[in-house]
Amino acid sequence: MSDHAALGVFLILTLVFPVAAMAAAWLFRVKSAPTREKLLPYECGVDPKGSGWMRFRVNYFLYALVFLVFDIETIFLYPWAVKFQSLGLFAFVEMIVFIAILALGLWYAWKEGALQWY
Amino acid sequence: MENLFINIARTLSDWLLQLGLSHFWTDLVLLVVQWTAIILIITLNVIILVWLERKISGFIQQRLGPNRLGPFGCFQTIADTLKLLTKEDIIPSQTDKLIFKTAPMFFIIVSVLLYAVIPMGKDMVVVDLNVGLFYFISVGSLTTIAILMAGWSSNNKWSLLGAMRSVAQMISYEIPLAFSLLGVVMIAGSLNLSAIVAAQSNIWFIVLQPVAFVTYFIAATAELNRGPFDMPEAEQELTAGAYTEYTGMRWALFFLAEYTNLVAVSALAATLFFGGWQGPLLPSWMWIIIKTYLIMLVFMWMKWTFPRIRMDHLMSLSWKVLVPVSLINILVTGVGIEIFKGMGW
Repeated sequence: MSDHAALGVFLILTLVFPVAAMAAAWLFRVKSAPTREKLLPYECGVDPKGSGWMRFRVNYFLYALVFLVFDIETIFLYPWAVKFQSLGLFAFVEMIVFIAILALGLWYAWKEGALQWY
Repeated sequence: MENLFINIARTLSDWLLQLGLSHFWTDLVLLVVQWTAIILIITLNVIILVWLERKISGFIQQRLGPNRLGPFGCFQTIADTLKLLTKEDIIPSQTDKLIFKTAPMFFIIVSVLLYAVIPMGKDMVVVDLNVGLFYFISVGSLTTIAILMAGWSSNNKWSLLGAMRSVAQMISYEIPLAFSLLGVVMIAGSLNLSAIVAAQSNIWFIVLQPVAFVTYFIAATAELNRGPFDMPEAEQELTAGAYTEYTGMRWALFFLAEYTNLVAVSALAATLFFGGWQGPLLPSWMWIIIKTYLIMLVFMWMKWTFPRIRMDHLMSLSWKVLVPVSLINILVTGVGIEIFKGMGW
């Protein structure tokens, strides 16, 4: 079996695990008919006001954007790191250019205040 | 002892082949056996770890910890698990039910998938993937989605706040985590975890990459949402963060997944920085267990020693300290490799 096929089988097997756990819990657990109050979202005992799906700060979004840029750069860096030793000086110069670009991006995000948590 | 598990596997596959099964089916049966073994290892480890963590926190805070059930309270976790099995299953009325139910399952599936590539001894790895390390990082980062699913679907203010903090923290520490491992990859020249272990036969990478290890360790603590980086679950202000609405087995799955992740991340640290399964005298699978447990003890020591970090400090530590440091580490590693090559090593 190839590695990827084995991983696929592993994934399918793993899908069984939580289902089996939930089935076991279903067998053993107390079946109850909860009241309306019991099914309210927990808010320290007080009836919740409004929906839990509220708006949140734009900060989170800015971080997510910066993360996206860096994460994609990571994907490019990994193959480069694997081949670093066999590519020699070319890879070395390439690395300095690439990391300079990364550092520039980080500096720009920093300067624009995207990394500031309010 | 050294080849105990390998011999068991070989005997089993020989026996199956004798029975007239084709190679494909033999592989499949072996995979099922290996998977079962991994599930057993995970559950056993989690039961031990929960007990150990409570004992250690008790020791650090000068109290006894669990001490009633069995010697030193060692059956406490088993009793807790049985209790969780019998708890009623409450799904609040205003939740997004499908996502609410899938979130804990998704979390545990992702955590178990990590174990497919970790070498647990000499030649003891389920799938010796050529991009093992990359697989580990990419699958490991999916846990963020599970927590966001749990927090969003609960329709609860605590849950949403906890989930958003968690996502912000985890994506921020994803970057230094991935960058810090690049130094190791550059020296080993491979993403295959077995090859990385083999590359450490002379010298452990902790010696060559101390900065990478420290960065990895801090980032991994944040990825695991463990103290001192446990703002997402800060129980004094957010009840239980994203897990507030979960009860019984669903909550237990989250708990299980968190500890499963802890073991996986520690095993990866042992593999990448401490020579993996290599060691004198004892069999290889014993060495990886010893190393993993020592690293996990440090994780626990950190959690119960340091106070929680404020959210803005937490974010600036990642972006303004760890990311630049790990970038510089890549640069220094590159220069170092070129210099050593120039010297003809």
